[in-house]
Amino acid sequence: MKGKYFKWVYYIIILFVLLILSAWISVSFGEIDFSLIELFQIMKSKTGIEYTILNNIRIPRILLGLAVGGALSLSGVILQGIYRNPLVEPYTMGISGGAALGVALAIVFQLSSVFGSFFLPVSGFIGAAITIFLVYFLSIRNNHLNINKMLLIGVMVSFIASSAVMFLMSTTSTENVHSIVFWIMGSLDTSNQFLIRIVTISSISGLVLTYLFANQLNALRLGESKAKHLGVNTNLTIRVLFIVASLLTGISVSVVGVIGFVGLIVPHMLRMVFGTDYRILLITSFLGGGIFIILCDLVSRTIISPNELPIGVITGMIGGVIFIFALSKSKIN
Amino acid sequence: MLVVSDLRSGYANKFHLKEISLKVDKGSLTGIVGPNGSGKTTLFMTLTGELGIQNGKVIIDGKDISALSPREKAHKIAIVTQNTEVFDISVEDYVLMGRLPYKKPFQLFEKAKDFALANKFMKLTGVFEYKKKLMTELSGGEQQLAAIARALCQEPELLLLDEPTSHLDIAHQLSVLNLIQKLNADLGLTVLMIIHDLNLASEYCDHIAMMHKGSIHTKGIPEDVLNYKNIEFVYDTVVITQTNPLSKKPAIFLVSDKVLAQNKK
Repeated sequence: MKGKYFKWVYYIIILFVLLILSAWISVSFGEIDFSLIELFQIMKSKTGIEYTILNNIRIPRILLGLAVGGALSLSGVILQGIYRNPLVEPYTMGISGGAALGVALAIVFQLSSVFGSFFLPVSGFIGAAITIFLVYFLSIRNNHLNINKMLLIGVMVSFIASSAVMFLMSTTSTENVHSIVFWIMGSLDTSNQFLIRIVTISSISGLVLTYLFANQLNALRLGESKAKHLGVNTNLTIRVLFIVASLLTGISVSVVGVIGFVGLIVPHMLRMVFGTDYRILLITSFLGGGIFIILCDLVSRTIISPNELPIGVITGMIGGVIFIFALSKSKIN
Repeated sequence: MLVVSDLRSGYANKFHLKEISLKVDKGSLTGIVGPNGSGKTTLFMTLTGELGIQNGKVIIDGKDISALSPREKAHKIAIVTQNTEVFDISVEDYVLMGRLPYKKPFQLFEKAKDFALANKFMKLTGVFEYKKKLMTELSGGEQQLAAIARALCQEPELLLLDEPTSHLDIAHQLSVLNLIQKLNADLGLTVLMIIHDLNLASEYCDHIAMMHKGSIHTKGIPEDVLNYKNIEFVYDTVVITQTNPLSKKPAIFLVSDKVLAQNKK
């Protein structure tokens, strides 16, 4: 059995190596390409336009990609664990819809011009937080969190928010519509160090906190009632994990917009490779999500360079195709 | 071991147990029988803590069950249900999940003792040779044996079984019940099981409680409970009871309406 734990360490090391390789490739390529030697020289000199590109644009983007990819993938794996439903992903719960509505309202009412550009992610987060609050409290009855009800309420809130966004888009100026659409399609293009720090710290804290519940998530694979039979306080576990997953999604979406498929595809693919034990799945999902986003961002930046494609287009297309291929080859049920 | 006194529980404005009292002695193998809708599952869900107690008490090993935390309850009671939840998990990992109630709050990995117990109970239940196989690769009977091994890993004082043989063919039914009888005899494990098949209940249980419309109609040793009067009253059907020539326990024969009509003539 100890062999299994060694295998897990080996898997994590491999993913770390892949992460470093992805980061290296991503930092090297773009409108201007750098060799490995050039990278070292530029970072050592700390001067020039190349240093500004690396230090202010590419490295923060990679860090943000890792944090957002990790957070969305982690959120997906948590929600799929709670609901025992492989089709649940962070956006199913209406959190992205709430964030989109918050941002759309901020754009339509020009709140950014009053409170500054920082208000856009803040209003996204407020929208996400209100959604989390609504879904959570509407699902509680007799002090018990009904997870099936929560899922349905989440889906409905998502529809309502999408309709509200469409309403705003159909009644506002073309310029505002463009801003909303651009935000919804998602992008890692932010140089705000403070926001990047917040997302990074939140996603790492989310991973640590969730990992403490890895055994409880493992027990939930048997269903809520059987997990209770094994002594798991399912009510507390589900509440804590739902809030963690929602906050991770809310924070990520409010900073980078709606980047789809990560929370659905990455956990599934990693489950096929590493199995269903959450003690390995949580870490590998976090790292895998980060690697996936970093590489998708590289493609989105370079495929029609000097222009940039929305990253959501790449995650959906690449992720979807790889996932269908992996699923058709998989023997796993 | 388990004392249920004046227990009332159930669903709001729906079915209720009516002041049930039941005593399960330490080391006994007790069966709960009764027709569909008689309250067996409601009683079971109340004992497992899934349904709240409205009135009365359930005392296990001298302690009120409603005062126990989920973890403390899992130390005392282990449960095997009729449906074994299976997914892509190895038999060994599945059985090791029974050690979860003994893990400290932030203990993520199993200790040597956990592996030793899992191996012991996998051997005892006959699934050790499949330990590296996935649960989804096992037959229904083998899955149920693995579920029993997982329950034993909880080192419970009481094993609750909810129709453990309902989906199995007769060979697997017997292998599961023989195992339960052996665990009861060898480990002194107290067993309380819901069982639909009256012949199996008669053959394997020391004591039987027969439920009817939310209360216990009668209880006692199989010879006293499984007579045609009780069965016909509770199940509202005609049966013939005889004695199994080998075990000397009651054996129940069912009669179709056609045969019954022919014999009435």
